[in-house]
Amino acid sequence: MAGIMGRKLQAKLADAMSKRSHFSREEVDRLLTMYSALTVGGTRLDRNKFRDVLHNTFDMTDDILMDRVFRAFDKDMDSFLSQEEWVLGLSVFLKGTLEERVAYCFDVYDMNSDGYISREEMFQMLKNSMVKVLQDLQTTEEDPDEGIKDIVELVLKKMDHDHDNRLSMDDFMKSVKEEDLLLEAFGPCLPDTKYREKFLSDLEAGNVDIDVSQAKS
Amino acid sequence: CGIIAEYGEFQSFQLYFKRFNLRTKDMPARTDSTAQRRSVMTRSITNSRSISKKQKAEESYSETSNDDMDDDDDTRDRRKIHADLPSEYWQIQKLIKYLKGGNPTATLIALCSLRDFDLSQDICQIAIRDVDGLEALVNLLDTTEIKCQVASLKILKDISQSKPISRSLTDLGAIQSLIRLLSSSVADLQCLAAETIANIAKLTRARRLVRKDGGISKFVSLLNIPPNTNIDVLKEDGQAVELLRCAALGLCSLSKSKKNKRKMKSSGLIQHLSKLITLEVETILVPVVATLSECSVDPEYRAAICEGGIIQYLSKFLESSNQELVSHCAKAIFHCAEDDLTRTLIRQHAGLEPLVRLIKFTENVSMLDGVTGAIWKVAIDRENCLVFRDLKLCESLVPLLHSQPEEVMINVAGSIAECAKIPENIEQIRKAGGLTHLVNLLSGTNPTLLINVAHALGKCATEPDSATIIDKYDGVRLLWSLLKSPNPQVQSSAAWAICPCIDNNKDAGEMVRSLVGGLELIVSLLKSDNREVLASICSAVANIAKDEQNLAVLTDHGVVPILSKLVVAHAADDYVKGHIADAIGRCCIWGNNRKEFGARGVVKPLVRYLKSKDTFVYKAAAMALFHLSLEPENCVVMHENHAKQWLVNMVGDDDWVLQEAAAGCIANIRHLALANDISKSGR
Repeated sequence: MAGIMGRKLQAKLADAMSKRSHFSREEVDRLLTMYSALTVGGTRLDRNKFRDVLHNTFDMTDDILMDRVFRAFDKDMDSFLSQEEWVLGLSVFLKGTLEERVAYCFDVYDMNSDGYISREEMFQMLKNSMVKVLQDLQTTEEDPDEGIKDIVELVLKKMDHDHDNRLSMDDFMKSVKEEDLLLEAFGPCLPDTKYREKFLSDLEAGNVDIDVSQAKS
Repeated sequence: CGIIAEYGEFQSFQLYFKRFNLRTKDMPARTDSTAQRRSVMTRSITNSRSISKKQKAEESYSETSNDDMDDDDDTRDRRKIHADLPSEYWQIQKLIKYLKGGNPTATLIALCSLRDFDLSQDICQIAIRDVDGLEALVNLLDTTEIKCQVASLKILKDISQSKPISRSLTDLGAIQSLIRLLSSSVADLQCLAAETIANIAKLTRARRLVRKDGGISKFVSLLNIPPNTNIDVLKEDGQAVELLRCAALGLCSLSKSKKNKRKMKSSGLIQHLSKLITLEVETILVPVVATLSECSVDPEYRAAICEGGIIQYLSKFLESSNQELVSHCAKAIFHCAEDDLTRTLIRQHAGLEPLVRLIKFTENVSMLDGVTGAIWKVAIDRENCLVFRDLKLCESLVPLLHSQPEEVMINVAGSIAECAKIPENIEQIRKAGGLTHLVNLLSGTNPTLLINVAHALGKCATEPDSATIIDKYDGVRLLWSLLKSPNPQVQSSAAWAICPCIDNNKDAGEMVRSLVGGLELIVSLLKSDNREVLASICSAVANIAKDEQNLAVLTDHGVVPILSKLVVAHAADDYVKGHIADAIGRCCIWGNNRKEFGARGVVKPLVRYLKSKDTFVYKAAAMALFHLSLEPENCVVMHENHAKQWLVNMVGDDDWVLQEAAAGCIANIRHLALANDISKSGR
């Protein structure tokens, strides 16, 4: 009984959500099924399980960023992803228009959600991006942070159009429109083409088996 | 030092200096000399590849920096060393270091920042090379990070326009990586890789490598449009159009090598190009037609192009407003019009009118070169010359005979020479003052131009009015002086041109006599071993000898012995021997020449000439024998060699001059025989 009722509710939900997302009704339906599989035992998707999905299905590895992605999905900031947040988040994540993806990335990168990406936030995100040079620098006992600060300066030079030493959404949007490679300038927060296409084709074909067993890490 | 202008720059400058201590092993300690710096930098380019990366890093960082930033003297000194190099140099090197040492995120930022510099500048390219930047960029192509590959390709595509960079990239094995990317599933990568290869393939070595690495078939397959594709949808698809354009661009560069052309053909290039032309998308058309133009140098291509119905499109595109496209079309037509069929097709598809209209656009030299070339070759067809007559082409061509680049004038002179088949065209040329321009060009030195100009003058001189004008402007003397040229083709075209000048000029004899050493020169040229020269000079001799006085002079210069030698020497060459016989015939009229010729044994070979299938040869031989037969000794030889049986056939020929000559010759032989019989019987 619960199963049939659940399916009917799911279908209605799917209907409503497909209008607000880039997915078809069937695709939303399958996403909701996936959600159910992931939240067996509980009713909502938590941070850990979500990060496992990001890791297993989309091969993402950066902890800080994965955390930020969760926060970007979690619009109501309650540390759980509802079905709606799941579907709508994935809609942008996998099929977003350029504007949607720019807004999404900006959200990810804006750590304190104050509407600006500051120098400190950039530093945080880029801190681990200079592996080899750091090693080289070790030999001269220089301050390794100098290199990162330099890169932060480079980014600001390139993207800070209103010259206020921080990136607003406008700055970011303008920069990405000029050079679309800068969309994920501070680190990968969108899926790699390979994984994205695989997921979407599986979704279309109806293979909704996310490897849940691996979720138990 | 104005280079370190802003304080901010100076500050970061000091930071770099402290951090990386970019005093490489090669740079001398303290020097301001620019020349030394330049030689050092060139050394560092060649050295950088041989020094291993680790070794270099050690050398760069081994010197500890002076931590005491308050020591102004020291920093000022250091500032002096590096002050010679502009800030771009250091900034670029720093970016390359980040590129090499960072994760994909940092690499991407470094790559994007690199593109802010004008990398076509020498100093920027040197900066990149000095830290193995090219190698780093090429290595990025082999990773799986798509964004980094795209960013790296964008840079490579731009800098590969420089030849030295292309050379280095080829050395680094970039071609293999690029060819691999042609098969990528990411269209952006395919396009960028194709365009980069198009730049690098301007080098011969690179073209060969592309072929050896299997790149040609990949390029050709990129041009493939599957049979059921909706063409309208395709045209709207910007990505697909861009891919076709880049692939065509690559093929255009690659087609410069002969072996590549063949490989492309066997991969089915022509069918693809035919299909692409029908799409009529301008951005794709330009490289496609450029490729066709390059390939149509090869005769196998030309046949396929004709059959493929491409000529009608070429004619159509001549009307385009895109001058680059028109230029390539014209060049393609220039090559293809070596074949008769093409010349006809161009006329049928209304390609002649646009060509005539286009010669007014004199500012675009490349286009003008192509257009005039095309006109030259299509004018080989007589029907086309008639059309050109009606379009008054020659009037428009004449102004191009001066103050134009030589390539253009060569084509224009060639066109005029061909158009002069039609008398009205010669009139147009004459009235537009073309003859004076042509004669002026005879003073030049470019052999090809001289050949075409002589050719043109010769054809024009078939009209008596023109011949007079040419002589008036000293044309004959100038043509004669071309006979002294070391180039046999120049000599022969001058000689051919001289013939009608003499033929159509009333005062020809006087004119020739006035040329100091002219006749001696002619006779000396009979010793040439170039058959074209021989044929033309003999023809000239035949014309000159019409004037008795000149014939006497020729004889004085020993024309008889020389011609006699030639008769036997060239007995196998139909082309030359007709003219030799002709010359001999004309030279017989003076003094003892017939006897002299006979004594030197020309009769027997000339009789054999009668057997030739070539009309000109046997007619000239018959004429010569007729003149020779006025000398009894010669008749004896003719009789012994059964000349009569050949001459008898000619008595019935349509050409009445030949009839008379043959009959007269036979009569002379008979008279002698009769006289012989009478004298025999009288004994």
